[in-house]
Amino acid sequence: MAEASYPPELSYHEEHDWARIDGDVATFGVTWYAQDQLGEVVFFDPPTVGKSVRRGDPYAEVESVKAVSDVVAPLSGEIVEVNEGLANGPEAINDDPYGEGWMVKVRLSDPAEVDSLMDAAAYEESLS
Amino acid sequence: MAAGTETLKRTPLHDRHVAAGARLVPFAGWEMPVQYAGIRAEHMAVRERCGIFDVSHMGEIETSGPGAEALLGQLLSNDVSRIAQHGAQYSVLCNEQGGVLDDLFTYRLGPDRYMTVTNASNHASDLAWFERHAAGCDVTVADRLADFAMLAIQGPQARSLVAQLAEGELPARFRTRELTVAGAPGVLACGTGYTGEDGVELLVAPDHAGTVWDAVVAVGATPAGLGARDTLRMEACFHLYGNDLSADRGPIEAGLGWCCKEDTGFIGSDAVRAAREHGTAEELVPFAITGPGIARQGNPVLGGGEVTSGTLSPVLGYGIGMAYLPVDRTEPGTTFEIDVRGKTRTAEVRTKPLIPEEH
Repeated sequence: MAEASYPPELSYHEEHDWARIDGDVATFGVTWYAQDQLGEVVFFDPPTVGKSVRRGDPYAEVESVKAVSDVVAPLSGEIVEVNEGLANGPEAINDDPYGEGWMVKVRLSDPAEVDSLMDAAAYEESLS
Repeated sequence: MAAGTETLKRTPLHDRHVAAGARLVPFAGWEMPVQYAGIRAEHMAVRERCGIFDVSHMGEIETSGPGAEALLGQLLSNDVSRIAQHGAQYSVLCNEQGGVLDDLFTYRLGPDRYMTVTNASNHASDLAWFERHAAGCDVTVADRLADFAMLAIQGPQARSLVAQLAEGELPARFRTRELTVAGAPGVLACGTGYTGEDGVELLVAPDHAGTVWDAVVAVGATPAGLGARDTLRMEACFHLYGNDLSADRGPIEAGLGWCCKEDTGFIGSDAVRAAREHGTAEELVPFAITGPGIARQGNPVLGGGEVTSGTLSPVLGYGIGMAYLPVDRTEPGTTFEIDVRGKTRTAEVRTKPLIPEEH
């Protein structure tokens, strides 16, 4: 998507990741700002289902033509699903970062961590 | 980030880049456009039509006077006496140990007058090297970096687009000619490039750079950044100093023996001759990743060697690059494994260029 957007229903981590909370499961992805900084994503190296992730630690890699970047987990837990569609269509991370470009679903180990994330307004403020 | 943006140099085309929405990054002390619309679109524009690059960060050293040919013959690895009037020649600059200090194009502008184009990161040290060895020779070495903007116009349509704007014929491949382009007088046009496509490079007075840029864009060239320049040169297997070339490597192992004429006695020629006669431990080869993943500069090769350049090829759609490998593993078709940040990726030695000539 060409225009910056930060959906209000999501929670944001300062390393430019978002989380969509649904009970004790959260979906993770990277923000519009992150994909814009990366440029065209050409490869997504997914983690494996069952792996533990810890808030603030990298859990996957995205590569643009030019460079590779870590994707950081906004919350802690265990990966229960990965977006298989990104293997053949990593450009979804650019085209639809909050929809088709989602990366993993995680069963949260510490749902209270959600309180440490920013809302859309605070995240947008942090970018300026 | 090593340097604050306030310390970075800007090219005369800086305002054009900002207006075009370029992403500007620090590069060798300059604030340069890495991309405009996107690396892949710019890359394909150059392969299929025409792109224009601002490469004004590259330096120029003019060597003139009765001793010019002798000095350049001492410094440059190639046979300078064989550059025809208005001709161009590629060479490397070596230290006494035969390590590569820079790779350069030299243009012969007159009987005793040459222009050598340097890499931005090496310009100051190259200039000091030229001046040191010029002492006592009947020669003038002049830093011309500030006197030129440099525009590279590359792609199958590059010549026809520039020809629309030029008064007079464009130079042939590896030739130079002084022309008026888009009303700008005294443009030094060179039939050279760094993309694997036909095209020209224009050395333009800084005051005229904006006019020439605007005119070339207006007739249809796509602004392209250093990101696309890098992916294009990798598909064509052109070396990048600091990646594939360094003072720790010689031209023979880098596959540049073709531009070394040891009989001229250039500085480092003894070491280059020895490397040619006795061989080297490693050699630079082009490779392709045969599965998923993209290798990058610095990734180690299992069993010895390292990747010095790597990217995703926009034309091929898979990972490519160049790597130094032990000489017994450099045969095209040989497979090898690369440690890409802890994951083993399989690659295969290929031939140059990595993309077919008729892509």
